[in-house]
Amino acid sequence: MTAVNADIWILAEQSQGIIQRVTFELITRGLKLSAKRNCKLCVMLFGHGISDQDLQDLIDRGANKIVYLEHTDLKDFLIEPFSDAMCGIISQYNPEVILAGATTTGRTLMPYVAIKVNTGLTADCTSLDIEPETGNLIQTRPAIGGNIMASILTPEHRPQMATVRPRSTSSAENNGPRIGEIIKTSPEKLTSSRLTLVKFSPFEDKINISDADIVVTVGRGIKKKENLSIIYDLAETLNAAIGATREVVDRDWLSYSHQVGLSGHTISPKLYIGIGLSGSIQHIAGMQTSEKIIAINNDPDAQIFKLADYGIVGDLFEIVPLLTQKLRDGAKL
Amino acid sequence: MRIILPIKQVPETRKVRMDEKTGTVIREGVESIINPLDLYSIEFALKIKEHIKCEIIGISMGPEKAEVALKEAIAMGIDSARLISDRAFAGSDTWATSYVLYKAIQKIGNVDLVICGERATDGDTGQVGPGIAAFMDIPVVTYVSSLNNICPEYCTIDRTIEHGHETLKTEFPAVLTVVKEIGEPRLPTLKGKIQVKNTVIPHWNLNDLGIEANKVGLKGSPTRVMKIFRPQVTRECKLLYADDEPKMESTVNRLAKSIRDMELF
Repeated sequence: MTAVNADIWILAEQSQGIIQRVTFELITRGLKLSAKRNCKLCVMLFGHGISDQDLQDLIDRGANKIVYLEHTDLKDFLIEPFSDAMCGIISQYNPEVILAGATTTGRTLMPYVAIKVNTGLTADCTSLDIEPETGNLIQTRPAIGGNIMASILTPEHRPQMATVRPRSTSSAENNGPRIGEIIKTSPEKLTSSRLTLVKFSPFEDKINISDADIVVTVGRGIKKKENLSIIYDLAETLNAAIGATREVVDRDWLSYSHQVGLSGHTISPKLYIGIGLSGSIQHIAGMQTSEKIIAINNDPDAQIFKLADYGIVGDLFEIVPLLTQKLRDGAKL
Repeated sequence: MRIILPIKQVPETRKVRMDEKTGTVIREGVESIINPLDLYSIEFALKIKEHIKCEIIGISMGPEKAEVALKEAIAMGIDSARLISDRAFAGSDTWATSYVLYKAIQKIGNVDLVICGERATDGDTGQVGPGIAAFMDIPVVTYVSSLNNICPEYCTIDRTIEHGHETLKTEFPAVLTVVKEIGEPRLPTLKGKIQVKNTVIPHWNLNDLGIEANKVGLKGSPTRVMKIFRPQVTRECKLLYADDEPKMESTVNRLAKSIRDMELF
């Protein structure tokens, strides 16, 4: 018998019982690593009331094994029961690698568990590789506001834990039925939580800035809050989320939930359109991994043009309404 | 009640340099500031103090000059501070840093709340807050955006996540990490500045905290920086001018077409 390597695991993420897209991206990441290391890709999922169909979907997308811990205390993310659940999986299965999304859940649970099981953790990776012989995970992440990339190893501790920036890779597709192992259990005892969820109020904005395919981001060049209507029109036409620079949020033209950059959200949409913003280092840190970047600014020397695919030099108050019009006309064709 | 604020002094992000060999930040010769996101945890603690009797203690792990950051926090209104400084701490990753801060919190004792900024703008991990909570074996609530209610035994807070706001109730002791929505940090006051002059900040080292040298610094850190490199700029910007009317029409047409061709909407 050949020696069997320890497996690559990912943390599936669910919200309100719905498997989140970052899970499928983690499958893409995990499959690349498990193929290279010649081991299995396993999924841990904590929740309540997840359907068998959703579990099979994870197999069909490429996972070899699913371990689903079902408990009412695992319905919503609370640190103590979730930490118990993950520590339980670690002691039972000894994963070589655990990947989670760099989401609000992943960025809370992973650092807590990494201390509990005494191992290293790398935050917000944008690239992952594995050494086939040693199983060492090469974790690459932007550091110092994206000015530098760092590749990090956890050479002597296992599991190697990493959170992965959402949307930094494509989702694994469901290419029809596959065979895999599904283990569904209910943990008998979880630590009783000293923390309780009183209520959840969903955002009224339909489109979440970190999930959106297109983000239209506005800067100080918009001049005043009333002028935002042209941005809303464009975003609506494109079915896009609206982002803002810190200057715009600091002036209360848009709320903090829209802020993109070092002290706001990190986004990685398929299309980023930056309007009336210069591209400060702080802002660029939050959007530079976007797939395609379009910038509109009247200053041809604006920093944002240095990392844009298309830079439009001109008056945003003329360009944006005309662009919206053209896109609407085009949609009708 | 007693609140601890871990505060980090960070280099001005714009002027940062790295040691290409060790992958660590070169702090010499770079202007240092209080981590901008820690100003919100200071503000949050001071807000709590308006509602309930409490003592706020700032702690910072860093070189001697990190005392400046603690003095700034005192000028804003916190009660006292401890500087945790030792050459042995250099090169600590988030595991080792969480451990040192935990040991300092343990030494202070009788702590009800630990409040951290969401992350530091240099390391950008956000891992130390949850790490401290794990060492202390207490709950952590991250991305806290407002305080609803507080009494000596528990508090209710709002937390911002991807799809909305959660309202949570946590028993004490607990760790909270806060985001900008907490509110604009207050400026240092004259009274605060006088307070700084009258305050001696104790310095604690490895021995004071009873830490074994192999648990901190590079030795005590599970992660290793293997290499650092400049991100490659792969984009070549096509500049299109739309600064007069004829160009406007053709440029915007071209832009609209390239957006439509992506088939995203």
